[in-house]
Amino acid sequence: MENNILRMQGVVKSYGDFKAVDHVTFDIPKGVIFGMLGPNGAGKTSLIRIITNITKADAGQIWLDGEPLNSRHPEQIGYMPEERGLYKKMKVGEQLTYLARLKGLSAAQARQELGYWFKRFDIASWWDKKVDELSKGMQQKVQFIATVLHKPKLLILDEPFSGLDPINANLIESEIRELAQKGTSIIFSTHRMEQVEELCDHIVLINKGRNVLEGRVGEVKQRFKENLFRIEYGSELPNEVEAAHSIFSIKKNEEQALTVQLAEGASTNDVLRYLIHQGVEVRSFNELLPSINDIFIRRVGETVGS
Amino acid sequence: MDKLWLIIQREYLTRVKKKSFILITLLSPILFVALFTIPVLVTVFSEKEKKSLVVRDDSGIFVPPVDSTANVSFVLAPEELPELKRTYKLRGFDGLLHIPAFQGNSGNLKLGYYSEKQLSLSVVSFIEKQVAEQVEAKKIKDAGYSEDVLNSFKTDIGIEQEELAFNDQGELVETGKKSSAELATAIGFIAGFIIYIVLIFYGAMIMRSVMEEKTNRIVEVIISSVRPFQLMMGKILGVSAVGLTQMLIWMGMTFLLSTLMTAFLGVDATAMQPATMPGQAIPPEELASQTSKFMEVLTSQNWGYILPLFLFYFVGGYFIYASLFAAVGASMGDDMGESQSLSLVAMAPIILSIILISPVVENPTSSLARWMSIFPLSSPVLMPARLAFEPPLWEVLLSMVLLAGSAVFFVWLSGRIYRVGVLLYGKKATLKEMVKWTFSKE
Repeated sequence: MENNILRMQGVVKSYGDFKAVDHVTFDIPKGVIFGMLGPNGAGKTSLIRIITNITKADAGQIWLDGEPLNSRHPEQIGYMPEERGLYKKMKVGEQLTYLARLKGLSAAQARQELGYWFKRFDIASWWDKKVDELSKGMQQKVQFIATVLHKPKLLILDEPFSGLDPINANLIESEIRELAQKGTSIIFSTHRMEQVEELCDHIVLINKGRNVLEGRVGEVKQRFKENLFRIEYGSELPNEVEAAHSIFSIKKNEEQALTVQLAEGASTNDVLRYLIHQGVEVRSFNELLPSINDIFIRRVGETVGS
Repeated sequence: MDKLWLIIQREYLTRVKKKSFILITLLSPILFVALFTIPVLVTVFSEKEKKSLVVRDDSGIFVPPVDSTANVSFVLAPEELPELKRTYKLRGFDGLLHIPAFQGNSGNLKLGYYSEKQLSLSVVSFIEKQVAEQVEAKKIKDAGYSEDVLNSFKTDIGIEQEELAFNDQGELVETGKKSSAELATAIGFIAGFIIYIVLIFYGAMIMRSVMEEKTNRIVEVIISSVRPFQLMMGKILGVSAVGLTQMLIWMGMTFLLSTLMTAFLGVDATAMQPATMPGQAIPPEELASQTSKFMEVLTSQNWGYILPLFLFYFVGGYFIYASLFAAVGASMGDDMGESQSLSLVAMAPIILSIILISPVVENPTSSLARWMSIFPLSSPVLMPARLAFEPPLWEVLLSMVLLAGSAVFFVWLSGRIYRVGVLLYGKKATLKEMVKWTFSKE
């Protein structure tokens, strides 16, 4: 049983002299929401276009659900491009049926699936409306249905929340979660870090065509933690605490709160023991994990430097 | 393959179901027929402008013609001119014509006309013709000739062409085939123009549709399901089916309308003349003989040869230009305005062909005609224009092979450009970039 929905090994794609994808290797486990992060122009869209069979890699290998990627696979993939749209003059029902049939569904299957989604989004009255009669938000719902209608094994969403109003963004987010729960593997490509932390289980970080970092979100954060802790206290802080210390150093000193970094070899208990000994009234003690955004900036900054 | 079929269906149905398509398809033949019938109907049904004129003839030669069907009648009056000017209206005439006295050998005669209303151009020429004939008759008589002698000088010349052929032994074989330069010219022009219009019209339709998919941003959604080439071919084939449907409807309507017209009006649509001038009507028996001669030449044309070849050039030209326009559409940026210059690249050879159609038809054996009707970018327009003149077989065959090969080549080339072009948003591509795309990997 294959555990990865997608495996990439040494994938290369260049346009002329420009290497858009440069030996990318990573696996995407089944049933997770997988964040693909990177600044604009990092090569995310190029990579996605290879997975969706729109272009072909110059070198490297890709397996979808254990099979080498081939031209029948697009039917198992749902793709919502960053640059997306619909036929403006075509009726919603007709258009969705057409798009579903291009994904290999029969007319009857398409009708059945559409019935489910029209009921779920409560939009039965839209069937005979032309797309350009719908509001922007309504069109985005239709676009989402078009992407998931054929029950893809792998769903690829390129900046799915760009241009979405908060209500629709919430709706789509909960739909994404539900699909993931039902076993759909989802690649979520974005340059917006806060969304990644909310949604994703796994991430890969792409910069300048290379994958520079990957793993479970929690594990990546552990890997990049800097042993920072935030301590809130009552009472006054004794002067000795503020001075440089062999157990920890103070990174930030706010009113009634300290941010400290553990010294090499010191433990959290050492810190607490010390503070209590100094008569500090500790109210809370929390580890500060780096945000994905911090990690991103650090990693990208590093690769830019090297 | 079934996906290609889905695309063809969509491209076809969305166009055919459009109100504008239905309107244009139904109205065009009606407009076309109206263009021919209205002048005829006007002359048939309109109240004729009857004029009765009183004539003061100082030359003493004018004899009023006795023709009850003519629109103008003349009555001679003995009164003096000033008197007639005062009274013509009271006596029920529309106007007063004055023929002044003139010298027998004068080459110039000015008539006077007095009335409240101006004469129409056709009545003026009718009066001039009537008077001129009588003046001419008088001059002939004065010179001592009879009119019969003069008529015997006139000869009606016409060339009747008949084609000859020689068999392998070089012996003459009578074909009995009548040919007509006029007819061949007409067939050449019509065939060339039909192909020209179809190429421009449907080419532009494809270009617009490709651009629309690109600016709508639906193209990436579609080509994540099908190959870009399938999308392009589906569009080209779907639009060709639209064109075919339109042609078939038009042919059906033309047949129906001309049948109806013949039945109700007793007018033969094929022999219809543009509005005839009064006094210039062609005698019916002459018209009939002209028509039958025309039909004889028309039916002796080798339609079994011309029509299939016409179809071949039609299809070949369609594939070349439809795919070229698709490639141009795919290379456009979001700004429709700047698209003009790029579409001119695809447009230029067709426009050049239609400019050349006149010299080619007028001189179908010239080397210009020969080579331009072999060159595959102009042959779809120019070879059909030459077909009625029966160009040498080797030229036709060479041109056909080149056209078929080029059609395949251009579909391939455009597919390469299209596949890269549709995914580049924002800016228009340069020709250099398009060449690069052609040779880029997938």
